[in-house]
Amino acid sequence: MALYGWMLLAPALILLITFAFIPAFETVWASLYSKGTLRRPSHFVGVENYLSLFSDPAFRKVVTNNLIYAGITIPVSIAIALGMALWANAQIIGRGFVRAAYFTPTMLPMIAAANLWLFFYTPDLGVIDRITALFGFPSVNWLGQQETALYSVIAVTIWKEAGFYMIFYLAALQTISPELREAATVEGAGRWTYTRRVVLPLLAPTTMFVLVNALINSVKLIDHLFILTKGGPDNASKLILYWVWEMAFAYFDTPQAATMTTLILVVLGIVAAVQFAVLERRVHYR
Amino acid sequence: MAFIELQNATKKWAGAVGIDNVSLSIAKGSFVVLLGPSGCGKSTTLRIIAGLEQPDQGRVLIDGRDVTGVPPSKRGISMVFQSYALFPHLNVAENIVFGLKVRGVGRAERDERLETALARTGLKGYELRKPAQLSGGQRQRVALARAIIADHPICLMDEPLSNLDAKLRHSVRQEIRSLQRQLDMTVIYVTHDQTEAMAMADVVVLMKDGKIEQAGSPASLYEEPATAFSASFVGTPPMTLLPASGVPEALLPQPPQAAAKENLILGIRPESIRVTAGSANGLQGTVQNAEFMGAETFLYAGTAAGPLIARLPGRVSRAPGERISLEWDRGDAVLFDKTSGRRLESNSGNAGQKRAVTA
Ligand SMILES: Nc1ncnc2c1ncn2[C@@H]1O[C@H](COP(=O)(O)OP(=O)(O)O)[C@@H](O)[C@H]1O
Ligand SMILES: [Mg+2]
Repeated sequence: MALYGWMLLAPALILLITFAFIPAFETVWASLYSKGTLRRPSHFVGVENYLSLFSDPAFRKVVTNNLIYAGITIPVSIAIALGMALWANAQIIGRGFVRAAYFTPTMLPMIAAANLWLFFYTPDLGVIDRITALFGFPSVNWLGQQETALYSVIAVTIWKEAGFYMIFYLAALQTISPELREAATVEGAGRWTYTRRVVLPLLAPTTMFVLVNALINSVKLIDHLFILTKGGPDNASKLILYWVWEMAFAYFDTPQAATMTTLILVVLGIVAAVQFAVLERRVHYR
Repeated sequence: MAFIELQNATKKWAGAVGIDNVSLSIAKGSFVVLLGPSGCGKSTTLRIIAGLEQPDQGRVLIDGRDVTGVPPSKRGISMVFQSYALFPHLNVAENIVFGLKVRGVGRAERDERLETALARTGLKGYELRKPAQLSGGQRQRVALARAIIADHPICLMDEPLSNLDAKLRHSVRQEIRSLQRQLDMTVIYVTHDQTEAMAMADVVVLMKDGKIEQAGSPASLYEEPATAFSASFVGTPPMTLLPASGVPEALLPQPPQAAAKENLILGIRPESIRVTAGSANGLQGTVQNAEFMGAETFLYAGTAAGPLIARLPGRVSRAPGERISLEWDRGDAVLFDKTSGRRLESNSGNAGQKRAVTA
């Protein structure tokens, strides 16, 4: 019986081991070795790579950037998604249109979305500058200055993600029986009370799902950086994964990239464990 | 005298008639059942009284007050939904006190009333369960408890038993009736099941195509059906309807003029029919099937005038294909007009169409 169970598991297990566990293990392994040069071949250095990483100001900069990025994109895109879904669900006429309008950004590849926004952000010629010019504001190089670069990238991400999350909320809202609303109405609950006491708790599993996705995306999704800012100016909009990519494929510093990747793996692992262990107990699943 | 009054209420949707010019008046403390086939406008009527739907025309009065534009929560009503509409994320106790909480009733009073409601509905010990952890019958009780805890004088129920199995339905309908008496509530109860209506109602309001077909006590509906539709909807098995022209003269009440006979329908209750082996006076037929029910037997027979059901006491063994003769006292039969469906006044009847009910 046990053998049979293992046989059923085998295909998934083999794939996981080949494409996830082995590379992960190799990455961890590589992070413990120095960078090989022609004169000094790679050798074991223990935690030295980690120590040098922690003392690197660029490391602190990208981690801070990513924290700000996650700290804004996650709550804002979820809040917008939820608000739009509640609003769209209440509309009887034009619900389909609203849905399509907010879903369109989601269907665009991130690269295309970034190109579109590049056009919005272009100083003088871009849509944003043209509109602000109407009110007499000076031209702003949104992507080109330290103060605004990261926030401009954040805006693109929110624009792209909110519509995607809205679809999940809309789908969840459709499963709530209209009789619940009527029961609440008869019991004296107004629109707001009904939303707070009934709808939001019933959307909790969706929020949980969206939250996990948003968290993963805040680390994983960096396509738009390649188009918009390339992490600049002066690392102002650089996110962790972009930095890893740079180290691995632009500077060929494999050990540093491996060290950083290991850290990402550890942090994401902890986050996932916490989310599933702590939040799941508090979320109502039907 | 009327506690709830519906005056000439009409509700139409694009292409569908909900109800058409319905007037109804309901006495305080009575148990009124809205009965009719699916789509006849029962729920629409109930929802207009509840305030969940606004009538296109007409008014709703509760206790003499015009509540037509008043929201449901200000009409002094509570409601039990067909699917129970329990909040799945709240436990039994939270579901029951939901309305009290929303209305800002204090904790101590809430707890006290919860205790009473739990005791009345036999839900003690289930307070902390979520709806998903309850059986259908228990969920139904929670919905009932949520309806009675508010102490509203009116309770509206839309097919509350239709999701229960037959046995449970039987016992719950008695419990609902006794709760209604204990709490002196006025109940409007929607069902498509005529047995339920006959068993529970003080007044049955029979509806068809958005209109009231007949309203009255269960006995009057059964004994004096106003129309052929009433006759065929009420009773198990229902009244047999046959074209009068196909029935022997001796079995017709009040021999009508020969010319009119083609325009008449004869109705006869199954229990009024007698079966004899070979009498020439009766309606000749063939046995199609005999259903033995224990205390009685339903005999399905085919005749030249059409199919017929007889309800015979005890066990009757007749083989399919057997030729029989069917008879009844001509006074037990009733006549309906073929075009209007109305019952014709015979020697005694007073089946005039009573639109408004006063119970
Ligand atoms: N919200 C609605 N929109 C359109 N048509 C409706 C609506 N509600 C009810 N109807 C129509 O009104 C008629 C009566 O419905 P209803 O009162 O629900 O019947 P029932 O007697 O089965 O409860 C039906 O033909 C139904 O299709
Ligand atoms: Mg209905």
